[in-house]
Amino acid sequence: MTALLEVEDLKVAYGKIEAVKGISFTVEAGQIVTLIGTNGAGKTTTLRTLSGLHKPSNGRILFEGKPLRNVPAHKIVALGLAHSPEGRHIFPRLTITENLQLGAFLRKDKEGIEKDIQRAYDLFPILGERRKQAAGTLSGGEQQMLAMGRALMSQPKLLMLDEPSMGLSPIMMQKIMSTIVELKSQGTTILLVEQNAQAALSLADQGHVMEVGNIVLSGTGQDLLHDESVRKAYLGED
Amino acid sequence: MNTLPQQLANGLFLGSMYGLIAIGYTMVYGIVQLINFAHGEIFMTGGFGALTVYLYVLPDGTSMWIALPAMLIGGGLVSVLIAVGAERFAYRPLRGAPRLAPLITAIGLSLALQQAVFNWYPDAKTDRKFPQIDAGPWHLGSISISSGSLFVIIAAPVCMAALAFFVRLSRTGRAMQATAQDPDTAQLMGIDTNRIIVVAFAIGGFFAAVAAVAYGLRLGQIKYDMGFQMGLKAFTAAVLGGIGNIYGAMIGGLVLGLAETLATSYIDEIPGMQQLGGGGWSSVWAFVLLILVLLFRPQGLVGERVADRA
Repeated sequence: MTALLEVEDLKVAYGKIEAVKGISFTVEAGQIVTLIGTNGAGKTTTLRTLSGLHKPSNGRILFEGKPLRNVPAHKIVALGLAHSPEGRHIFPRLTITENLQLGAFLRKDKEGIEKDIQRAYDLFPILGERRKQAAGTLSGGEQQMLAMGRALMSQPKLLMLDEPSMGLSPIMMQKIMSTIVELKSQGTTILLVEQNAQAALSLADQGHVMEVGNIVLSGTGQDLLHDESVRKAYLGED
Repeated sequence: MNTLPQQLANGLFLGSMYGLIAIGYTMVYGIVQLINFAHGEIFMTGGFGALTVYLYVLPDGTSMWIALPAMLIGGGLVSVLIAVGAERFAYRPLRGAPRLAPLITAIGLSLALQQAVFNWYPDAKTDRKFPQIDAGPWHLGSISISSGSLFVIIAAPVCMAALAFFVRLSRTGRAMQATAQDPDTAQLMGIDTNRIIVVAFAIGGFFAAVAAVAYGLRLGQIKYDMGFQMGLKAFTAAVLGGIGNIYGAMIGGLVLGLAETLATSYIDEIPGMQQLGGGGWSSVWAFVLLILVLLFRPQGLVGERVADRA
């Protein structure tokens, strides 16, 4: 079986500065795959390139075997690839419901959309309670829930989450992480970018460690969690 | 007839024109953070487009009641084509370039459009007579309303209401809001932001053409350089109301129109300011108002403070 997503020798440059220097990895359907690493390692750039917001300077991206390289950003979501960006990027002056509706922008099935909005409210009850509120008034954790819920509205085959735990309280983070596991059990494939390596690795099937634009180490989540160099560099042990 | 109600009415008529033009500045700025300084000329070409329809397309002696809708369509078409063409061929290639580049392009485009009309439109080197509606003026108490003023006082609210409904209720309108708030994320939703930008230019262009027809009807003539002053005032109105906000553009237009009209009629009655009244000073008062608003409420009358985009 071919992988859902195949990335091969991907390079991305901002002008002359190469942010991603030739990485390769695959995501199998049904898995949680995580990219971990410090700030500036190229994780966010990788996701933004997969979404078409940056153009790669080299390499191949295959989604369900089809090349993504020349697909414009606004056509990527239609293929089944949704992206919850770093920093949440909800639409602050639209209501929660309107944000969720935008997540389903390309869908035509009104009833299905209504049902999925309800599903997002079931998943995150706080969003349902505040559905008419402007999204900009939500707390950071609530905005993160909204960003995730919005990404799910396109019924993606692959959900890409960029730093979903950033700036969240430990309780909120628990909530987000358990939601990710729940989504996986419902059949969504997830590509998770995290600085919180402990949390990400403990639920990932596969993990890749990125450093300054390269993947320096790959393995199952459990392997990496117990790898000595990872523990030293990312889990704060000496 | 220089009564206060009449002056207020005149201010509203003038302000409605400013507001219609200001929509074009504010929508484009709200979505691509570009001040389209050629918008005044898009307004002007709308006027000449409408005149062309009247002079060269419609048979001689067509009643204005039939001609007016045709002129609006023709003028609108010209303005929309020029606005969309400017976006496609002048601004889009410069997206992502330093801000100064599209700004200078806009000024160049503005001069080019003026000169094109000046040199190539028949007899456009001086004022060209604009057809008039042969009706009115009507009287409402002490207020006299000419047919051109009646046109703008109906057209402006109709356009604004249509735009408000469009932005709030239509799918494209929702996509416009999303694009204005966060263009990258809008693309992640599947919104073709290039198309949304074109729609913003097109709506701005059409509204400018409506304003140009109103201008021609009220003043009786149009001229190749009429876009400069009106464009500058409408831009002021957009900033006054809060640039990027469509309600702000209309409110800013009305406030500016009223302030200008009232200042020119009444300031010279203030002791010691006798020399500062009259039409010659109207622009001075308009820009004094702008400076005051920028000093005390830089986000504009109804604008929000631009929050950091984290």
